[in-house]
Amino acid sequence: MSTQVPHAEQGIFQKYFWSTDHKIIAMQYLFTGMAMGLIGGYLAYVFRMQLAFPGHSVPGFGIVTPGEYNTVVTMHGSIMIFWVAMPVLIAAFGNFLIPLMIGCDDMAFPRINRLSYQIFLLSAVVLVASFLVKGGAFGGAWTSYPPLSASGAYNLTPLGASLWLVAVALEFVAFLLGGVNFIVTAMNSRAPGMTMYDIPMVVWMIVLASIMFMASVGPLIAGAVMLLFDQTLKTGFYDPARGGDPLLWQHLFWFFGHPEVYVVLLPAIGIVAELLTVFARKKLFGYKTILYTTWATVIISFLVWAHHQFVAGIDPRMANIFSVTTLLVSVPITEMVFLYIATLYGGSIRFHTPMLWAVAFVAEFMIGGVTGIFLGASGTDIYLHDTYFVIAHFHYTFVPIAIFSVFGGLTYWYPKMFGRMLNDTLGKVHFWGTAIPFNLIFIPLFITGAAGDQRRTYNYALFAEQSRPVLQHLRMFATFGLLVMLLFQLVFLFNFFWSLRHGRRAEANPWMANTLEWTVPSPPPHGNFAKLPTVYRGPYEYGVPGRIDDYWPQDVPN
Amino acid sequence: MLERYLTGASTYAHSIDHLFLLIAALVGFWLIVAEIALFWLSFKFRRKQGRPTQYVTGEEKHLARWVTIPHLLVIVCDIVILVPALIVWFNIKQTNPPIEQTVRVFGQQWAWSFQQPGPDGILDTADDIRTVGELHVTVNTTYRFELRSRDVVHSFAVPSFRLKQDALPGRTISGWFRPNRVGTYDIQCTQICGIGHALMAGRVIVETPQEHAAWLIRASNPALAERESPPASATGASIVAEVRR
Amino acid sequence: MSTRPISNTRSVTGIPSARLITWWVIASEIVIFGGLLATYVMHNLGHPEWRAAAMHTNTWLGALNTFVLLTSSLSAVLAFKAADTLDGAKAAKFLRLTALGGTIFLVIKGIEWTREIHEGFVLSSGGFWSFYYVLTGLHGLHVLAGMIILLVVAADAAKNRELQRVECIGLYWHFVDIVWIFLFPLLYIAR
Repeated sequence: MSTQVPHAEQGIFQKYFWSTDHKIIAMQYLFTGMAMGLIGGYLAYVFRMQLAFPGHSVPGFGIVTPGEYNTVVTMHGSIMIFWVAMPVLIAAFGNFLIPLMIGCDDMAFPRINRLSYQIFLLSAVVLVASFLVKGGAFGGAWTSYPPLSASGAYNLTPLGASLWLVAVALEFVAFLLGGVNFIVTAMNSRAPGMTMYDIPMVVWMIVLASIMFMASVGPLIAGAVMLLFDQTLKTGFYDPARGGDPLLWQHLFWFFGHPEVYVVLLPAIGIVAELLTVFARKKLFGYKTILYTTWATVIISFLVWAHHQFVAGIDPRMANIFSVTTLLVSVPITEMVFLYIATLYGGSIRFHTPMLWAVAFVAEFMIGGVTGIFLGASGTDIYLHDTYFVIAHFHYTFVPIAIFSVFGGLTYWYPKMFGRMLNDTLGKVHFWGTAIPFNLIFIPLFITGAAGDQRRTYNYALFAEQSRPVLQHLRMFATFGLLVMLLFQLVFLFNFFWSLRHGRRAEANPWMANTLEWTVPSPPPHGNFAKLPTVYRGPYEYGVPGRIDDYWPQDVPN
Repeated sequence: MLERYLTGASTYAHSIDHLFLLIAALVGFWLIVAEIALFWLSFKFRRKQGRPTQYVTGEEKHLARWVTIPHLLVIVCDIVILVPALIVWFNIKQTNPPIEQTVRVFGQQWAWSFQQPGPDGILDTADDIRTVGELHVTVNTTYRFELRSRDVVHSFAVPSFRLKQDALPGRTISGWFRPNRVGTYDIQCTQICGIGHALMAGRVIVETPQEHAAWLIRASNPALAERESPPASATGASIVAEVRR
Repeated sequence: MSTRPISNTRSVTGIPSARLITWWVIASEIVIFGGLLATYVMHNLGHPEWRAAAMHTNTWLGALNTFVLLTSSLSAVLAFKAADTLDGAKAAKFLRLTALGGTIFLVIKGIEWTREIHEGFVLSSGGFWSFYYVLTGLHGLHVLAGMIILLVVAADAAKNRELQRVECIGLYWHFVDIVWIFLFPLLYIAR
C-alpha cells in the first residue's frame, strides 16, 4: 500500500484503521467487500452443489439440510448485494475516485466518511455473527417477506432473522452517511474550472446512485424497524390477524429494491464509460445524452417497483400500470447501451484486460436487459415469476455489474491504487476463465426456468415435471460452470497479491488517460495533489485533431 | 416455444406461450443486432499502427442517427410487446369467464389442501370433499379457485397450466383456470415459505368426466377410499421425515 | 484531524458544505418519516376502528408540546442571529435554551407515555398504538439526538468556534419541529 508516511507519529492502527484519508477508507471498503465476496461465492458453491447432487455431502460443507439451504441462498443474495456490490462499487470506487477525479485533497467531511465505514464494518460483523447464533442465520430469502420473516415459529431462525434486519439497517445508515458525503463533495469541492459537464461519468454515476439510494431507502428503514418490532415486541404491522398487512412490506421493500438495482448499475456503467473511452481513445459518444438518459432512468425506476408483485395478490389492474412503466424504463437504458456501443466507432481500441471487461460488460448486460422484457410484460410474468428464468435474468445484470465492471475498474485503477501494474496475461486468463463459465452457469438456468423450475427449492424430488433427467443435467452443467468460474478467481487473487510486491512499478499515467487522478503519482500521496489542479476541458478529449498526443489531460492549459 | 420445455395443459397456456414467442423473436432480433454491432466495431476499430482515432462528439447528425433510428424502432417494438402482454394479462387475471366449478385451495406450512363440492355440487355442505396434496378436476371445465393461506405467504403454481398466484394470510384471492388436457401435473409453491418449501408439492389430476365421476364416488365414500393407497397421510409422513432429517 | 481539508472549504455551488450536507441529511430524513407517515395514513384510512383508539391520546398535552417545540425553534433562530453577528456566547445561550425546550418536550412526552401505558395501551395493543409509539418514539429519538448535538455545538460556540454549525443544527431542529407539526394532527386530532 502507500509508501509515504504523512505524519510520522501515526501508528499502524492510526494509519490503516482510524484514518480519515479517502484512499485508505476506499481500501477498507474494497477489502471488506472482497472478503464478503469470498463468503458469498462459497455460499453459491454450497447451494449449487446441493442442486446438482441433491442429498450428497458437499465437500467443505457437509450435508445440506433444507433449513441450511434456505440460510445459504438468503445469505448469498443479501451478501452479494448489500455487502459486496454496494461497498465495492459505490463506497470503494466512490471514495477512491471522487476526490481524485474532481481534483481535491479528500472528501468534504472525512470524519463522517470514517464513521460510515465503521458502521458498515459493524453491519458486516453482525451479519457474519448471525451464522453462529442458535438456529443459524436468517433463512427467509433476501426479500424477507412477512409473515415468514416476522415470526420465529414460521422461519425457525428467530435470532438470525432479527440480526439480519439489524445488519441491513446498519448497512443502510452507513451508505446514507457515505452518500450525503459523496453528493456534497461532488457538488461543492470540484477543482476550479470543472463545470457540470467536465465531471467524469463515473463520478456523476456514483453521485446519482447515492441520491437514488437516499430517496428510496427511507421507507424501508422505517419498515425494517416495524418488522423488527413484529419479531421481538409482538406488534402486528404485517400480521393480518391483527390489522396489519403483509403486502405493506413487499411495497416498502420493492420501492427500495428496484431502485437499488440501478443504484449498483449506475456506478458500473460509470466505470465502463471510463474504460471504453480510455482504451478506445475516443470521446464518449453523446456525453450529455448519456447523462439525460441516466436522469430519466433514475426517475422512472421509482415507478416500477410493483412489477415484482404482479402475482402477489395486488389489484390486477395495477399490473397494467407497472408493466407500462417497466417497459418505459427500457427506453433510456437502451439509448444508453447504444451510445456505449457507438463510442467504439472510429476508435483505436487497445484490448488490455480492463477493456475486455468493459466490452464484456456491455455484451452480457444486454442479455440481462432483454430478458427483463419477458418479466416486465405482465402476461409472461405469470408463468416466469419466481422461476430460475428470473434468477438467470438478474444474474445477467448483476454479474456484469458487480463482477465484470468491478474487475474492469480494479485492473484499470490498480496501478493508481497500489503503485504497481497487474500482470496483463494473468488478467486475460482470469477474464476468459470468468466470462465464459459465467455464461455456462446461467444459460442453462434460463432453460430450467422456462421449464418451470421454481426458486429457493433445495430438492426437486417431489416434483415430477422438474425431476426430468434433462433438467437435472442442466443443473449439473450450471454447477460445473460455477466451479470453473470459482477456480479461475484464484488466478485473480494470485495476480492481485503477487503484483502488490512484484508488479512492474507504475508511472503516474500508465494508460495515457485524461482524468485528474492520473496527474498525481501512483499511489497518490496523502493530500493527493502537490498543487491543486485547475480544469480546462472535459474528461474525454481523445484524438483531438491537430494535437500530437492522442490524449489531452483535463488540467493541461491550452 | 415454452411448449418445448413444458407441456401446456390449460386454455391460457397457449396465449402465454405465444406471447413468450413474440417477445423472444423481437428482443432476440435486437439482441443479435446489438451484439453484432458491438463485436464488429470492436474488431473493425482495433488498434492499428498509423490509423488515428476519429474525433466524434456524438452530436453529428449523420452519426447520431445510427443511434436514434434504431432506438425509435426499439420503442415501436416495446409497444408491439406491451399491447399483447396487457391483453394476455387482462384475459387471465382480470376477466371472469362463466364458472362451472369452484374449488378452495389452502396453503399452509407445508402442504396444499383442497375443498371441493361433493356429489351435491354445492360447496360448504356436509359431503364436501377435502383432499391434501391432490386436486382432481375435470377436463374442459372452467374452475374458479379461491386461494387462502393459513400461515405465511405461499404461491399456488401449476406450471403446466401457466397458473401462478400468491396466497396471502387474511385474504381470499380468486382466479380461474380451464384445463384442456388429461393428465397429472405438478403443483408447486413458488414463494419461499420455510424449511419445507421444497416439500410443498402437490398434483393436479385432470380427468375425463367419467373418470372424475368415478373418483367423486370413491372419494365421497370413506369405505371405498380406505382400500386405496393412502394419499394424504403418506405425503404428510414423508414431509415430516424429510424435514427431520 | 485538526486541519480542515481543502475539499471542505470549497464551495462551488455557493452554499457552504456544512449547510449543504445538512440539507441532504434532512432530505434523507424526510424520506424516512415520509414513508412511515404515508404508511400510517394509508392504514388509517383502511381501519376506521383506529379512531376510537386515537380518542385516548391527550390532545392538550400534545398541543402543549407543539407549543414547547415551536418556542424552542424560535430560540434556535435567535441563536442563528447571534452567531451571524459572531456573538458566540449569546448563540450558546440560545442553543442551550433550545435544548431545554427539547428536554421539556421529552418530559411531557414521557408523562403522556406513562399515562397511556398505565391505561393499558402499549406498543402491541393494536394497529393505532403500534404506529403511535413507533412514530412518536422515532421522533423522540430525533429530539434527543438533536439536543445532544445542540449542547455540543453550544459548547463550541461559547468559545466562538465552529459558529457555522449553529445554523446547521438550527435547520435540523426546525425539521424535527416540522415532523411534529405533521404528527400532532395525525395522531391527536384526526379522529
